[in-house]
Amino acid sequence: MSTTLLLIARRLGAAVLTLLLVSVVVFTISSLLPGDAAQETLGQSATPEAVAALRAQLGLNEPAHLRYLHWLGGLLTGDPGRSMANNLPVREIIAGRLPKSLLLAGLTAAVAVPVALAIGILSAMYQGSRLDRALNVVTLSMVAVPEFLVATVAVLVFAVKLRWLPSLTMIPEDASLGDFLRAYALPVMTLCFVIIAQMARMTRAAVIDQLSQPYVEMAALKGLRPARVAFVHALPNAIGPIVNAVALSLSYLLGGAIIVETIFNYPGIASLMVDAVTSRDMPLLQACAMVFCTAYLLLVLIADVCAILANPRLRNQ
Amino acid sequence: MTGPGALDVLSRRGLLGAAGGAVILPDVAFAQPRRGGRIRVASTSSSTADTLDPAKGALSTDYVRHYMLYSGLTQFDAKLTPRLALAESFESRDRTVWRIKLRKGIHFHDGSTLTSADVVYSLLRHKDPATASKVKSIAQQIQAVKAVGPYEVEVRLEAPNADLPTILATSHFLIIKNGARDFRTANGCGPYMCKVFKPGVRTIGVRNANYWKPGRPYLDEIELIGIPDEVSRVNALLSGDVHLMNAVNPRSTRRILASNRHDILETKSGLYTDLIMRQDRLPSGAPAFTAAMKLLLDRELIRKALFRGYATPANDHPIPPSNPYYLPGLPQRAYDPDRAKFLLRQAGLLGVRLPVYASPAAEGSVDMASILQEAAANIGLRLAVNRVPSDGYWSNHWMKHPLTFGNTNPRPTADLLFSLFFKSDADWNESGWKNRHFDQLLLAARGEADEAKRKQMYGDMQVLVHQSGGVGIPVFISSLDAHDRRLKGFGSIPIGGLMGYSFAEYVWWDA
Repeated sequence: MSTTLLLIARRLGAAVLTLLLVSVVVFTISSLLPGDAAQETLGQSATPEAVAALRAQLGLNEPAHLRYLHWLGGLLTGDPGRSMANNLPVREIIAGRLPKSLLLAGLTAAVAVPVALAIGILSAMYQGSRLDRALNVVTLSMVAVPEFLVATVAVLVFAVKLRWLPSLTMIPEDASLGDFLRAYALPVMTLCFVIIAQMARMTRAAVIDQLSQPYVEMAALKGLRPARVAFVHALPNAIGPIVNAVALSLSYLLGGAIIVETIFNYPGIASLMVDAVTSRDMPLLQACAMVFCTAYLLLVLIADVCAILANPRLRNQ
Repeated sequence: MTGPGALDVLSRRGLLGAAGGAVILPDVAFAQPRRGGRIRVASTSSSTADTLDPAKGALSTDYVRHYMLYSGLTQFDAKLTPRLALAESFESRDRTVWRIKLRKGIHFHDGSTLTSADVVYSLLRHKDPATASKVKSIAQQIQAVKAVGPYEVEVRLEAPNADLPTILATSHFLIIKNGARDFRTANGCGPYMCKVFKPGVRTIGVRNANYWKPGRPYLDEIELIGIPDEVSRVNALLSGDVHLMNAVNPRSTRRILASNRHDILETKSGLYTDLIMRQDRLPSGAPAFTAAMKLLLDRELIRKALFRGYATPANDHPIPPSNPYYLPGLPQRAYDPDRAKFLLRQAGLLGVRLPVYASPAAEGSVDMASILQEAAANIGLRLAVNRVPSDGYWSNHWMKHPLTFGNTNPRPTADLLFSLFFKSDADWNESGWKNRHFDQLLLAARGEADEAKRKQMYGDMQVLVHQSGGVGIPVFISSLDAHDRRLKGFGSIPIGGLMGYSFAEYVWWDA
């Protein structure tokens, strides 16, 4: 067990190093964007003197490496600075948005992961059958339809025509459970469309791979029922690739939900980052990028740990 | 007719008062307003740059938010005539020194009383570069503001300007509390009080029971959100999640009108997208080229095909027919490719190749550029349309190439339009057009006491810009709002959509 802990510690160290490198890259790339916060804030009314005054006020006159060090120092002490667009603390802005994104991602995962696993395992068990082919067609067409189309058509049908569900995902503070579920129904459905197919296809491939191994043949020859062979013998060995596929799909739910956030006017962290780019709000943009990277690294780390724990050969290395 | 504010007339501004007195706001006079109700309003944009600071207001959502929470010294009526609001009188003998008396007994949302100190602070802060005010260049003409008494203020201008009451009715000059710096919440004298303000998410205003217009406002609560995507905005309206929205795309009007629960309101505003021909370089600055490009703008096609008829033909000058100083009778420039070809051939410019920069940032400019490109190709002039993204358009492309497109929001006065966009030394003199006669007229008109003479001067300026200016203005684009039919009292104030952004104090819910 201690080797596992050591492994996790080493991976965490690597993650911190990665984050540091990412911070340099994010800072460099974001300063390559044409224009700065002063120009964007003033927009069409940016006269040279107004821009100069605002630049001085926002501290944009400092050289880039100093700004980076200030920012990094703030980040390490838990203060990512203040937004240049509205002067609110970045931490406060993100604290208002991140839970919403996590909630949407969590709900989507709660629906999508079981469905995707069921589809994947079923079609692997009945590989080549009509069921398998039907599921293949369905998942492939789901992933082929762009999500803005899914979302728009769903809104037209369920919100505008039938008026069953709201077209915007806005949760008042005194919302009942029914309101809550109704509000989330359409965005969760749209996101599921995108990620189920990927996870289901990976699950199917991983399980089929195991089902073609000699030990499975052996188990079948011993006379075990197909379900037992699939779930007890093959599945544990397929967990590694499956959790990796799940982790990759879920990491999409934070930053990739931008279209869903736009269409349903859902105040998540992806649209926050887009705002930050358009207003050249560097502290906010960099903080969002760091949040995404951290989430991604965390998910991959969890997937790796799961894979190690599920596989005795890796566990005892 | 619509409450005390509407009946007041600015002293010593006889003409404007008389002109504006006839019709105020449609609907309001006929039906009896009802109290109560809650509506949700969707505007075009909402981001972390949302602000409660009137000086920083940049977009329609900001202006709506500010008019909802703050009041100004004056306010617009349906003819864009300034009416007294927080000011009880607004007088000047020479249009340089203005005396403003405040209404007494007006309270801010925190209960404090409005005094001259608040007004002095609210006006002077625009001159401070640290405020980063959007109207700093306009505020430069204010030389000094001082309190004469607790309820009286004296504003001294650098030079005479008869339009001060109009300028102070715009949202940037709304009155805030003396010393206000922290704009996490709003403390104004407006019809609604700020309950929730989350930049990029929502603003909720609740009825201000102590509003200085008795009986108003009517709604209990207004929730303001931004939905940038037009299709989503229309869907939200049609599904009943939103009750009022602005910036309807003319293409969506059929869908909205097909619903028996919704209506569209067209406001013929002064918004325009113009083709800018830089006068300081060739060939765009050659008089023949400039004239030919104006003749190549197919205004009728642009009006019908791009805006489905929701636009008014324009005549290459910025004054819309709704403006009191509009010059009727100036012959309309028509689409005339033959004459354009003749002019270009005479100047030897027929074979030139030029890029035109268009961007979604300037509404309709990409389609206008395509229409122009085709008209030019027909006479042998080769234009290449460069479509560039909205992001960074204003700082990187606008006015920087020989041919670009600009987009100008409605401004309340002829003077503002001319001073901001056509005066030789203006920062946004889009085409770099220089005309001394025009500049002299502009300064003279500002201080002219005789209304008839003033009108004559603005007429002459329209002729000058129409004939020799460096921009082609094909149409004035109407602003389209859509609303639930249960929303009453809604009308047009042609400074912009959503009743000139100030619908909050006028509308009520009839359900």
